[in-house]
Amino acid sequence: MNIDSIHTGIVIDHITAGRSMKLYDLLNLGSLDCSVAIIQNAVSRKMGRKDIIKIDADIPLNFDVIGFVDPGATVNVIRDGKLAEKRTIPMPEYLVNVIRCKNPRCITTTEQELDHIFRLTDPKHEIYRCIYCETKAN
Amino acid sequence: MRSVIDIPDLSPAEIDELIDTAQDIIDHPAAYADRCRGKKLATLFFEPSTRTRLSFEAAMYELGGAVLSVTDAASSSASKGESVADTAKVISCYADIIAMRHPKEGAALVAANNATVPVINAGDGGHCHPTQTLADLFTIFREKGGFSGLTVGLCGDLKFGRTVHSLINALSRYDGMNFVLISPEELKLPSYVKEESLKARGLPYRQTTSLEDAMPSLDVLYMTRVQRERFFNEEDYLRLKDSYILTPQKLAAAKSDLCIMHPLPRVNEISVAVDRDPRACYFKQVLYGKYMRMALILKLLAEAAI
Repeated sequence: MNIDSIHTGIVIDHITAGRSMKLYDLLNLGSLDCSVAIIQNAVSRKMGRKDIIKIDADIPLNFDVIGFVDPGATVNVIRDGKLAEKRTIPMPEYLVNVIRCKNPRCITTTEQELDHIFRLTDPKHEIYRCIYCETKAN
Repeated sequence: MRSVIDIPDLSPAEIDELIDTAQDIIDHPAAYADRCRGKKLATLFFEPSTRTRLSFEAAMYELGGAVLSVTDAASSSASKGESVADTAKVISCYADIIAMRHPKEGAALVAANNATVPVINAGDGGHCHPTQTLADLFTIFREKGGFSGLTVGLCGDLKFGRTVHSLINALSRYDGMNFVLISPEELKLPSYVKEESLKARGLPYRQTTSLEDAMPSLDVLYMTRVQRERFFNEEDYLRLKDSYILTPQKLAAAKSDLCIMHPLPRVNEISVAVDRDPRACYFKQVLYGKYMRMALILKLLAEAAI
């Protein structure tokens, strides 16, 4: 399977197999008007199988989303056909307005103007909790 | 601005300091009678809790301060759709400190983030109620002389009871504690509480379904109510409900200096006959709660003045 190489854009690589669609949704990539390619279950020497997302434009990305969905994924920025920047994304300490608290008793359900903020409470088990009611993020 | 939303907002050293202050208030009440002269406490209770509200108000009056009170959400601006954030900003213009109870979890944090005066969480739904935990800690301290080496039994609904989770979290910060978790299978302590409080600090604990078996080893017995609505089927509730009712007969095997506690209100989980037992401390617990609220008000007002 061939996907054209990118002249200027972003490649999110080393995505754990199966997590690319969640990234696609949370990064809101469906709203872009450039080409976006999702490669699922690509063969990887390091990971066995992996997903890759290629975005055919150098757009601002919410790195916190990547760190939340798949810490360890790498972001490669391509400019003029060359690798301009490469970084691995760690888990962010806070997530702001990325996911919503599902607890019906949480204050965020009635106070619409509040930001939905989650804090990383257990990095080992990748657990985020709502800062208001401490409900675990799904 | 320093507020207290949950028990971890206070370090163990600060809790010790509050206990020292509360002790001193008991020993020298006249020395504190004017300490809050000219200061106002706003008690914002968006859901009813007469005991907690009165405890805060009595605490402020005994410090010589004044109280502004909202006791009915229907009569406040909240009924017109005002946000908690705006309410906190407005009340900050009138009061020097706020004690707030709200049915929504996290409401106190929102208030604290927007108020320009200290906020004390007086209960936010089923989430946190730190001054209840302060009352519990002071009761244990007063009745047992400290925390080290105690075996604390927690009995009843350990799954949903916020007071139990908060008390375990607070007590697990002291060395030498032992815990006995007494509950039906359906209402066992959630694993995350065990992981974060007991296992993380390497504290010994055991779980049992039998109050009678646990009784002889206990220095403190903290009772909570087993509620019918927590069970999936009526049969299980009917089978278990009497097992967790404390009676003089069950106390026959207990230590002579056992400290029996309950966050109140009690329904039927402690027999009224137990009230006459000198080991019953649950009404003293209410009184100790007032002293700890006095100590907390003093501490937060002092810090706000700096």
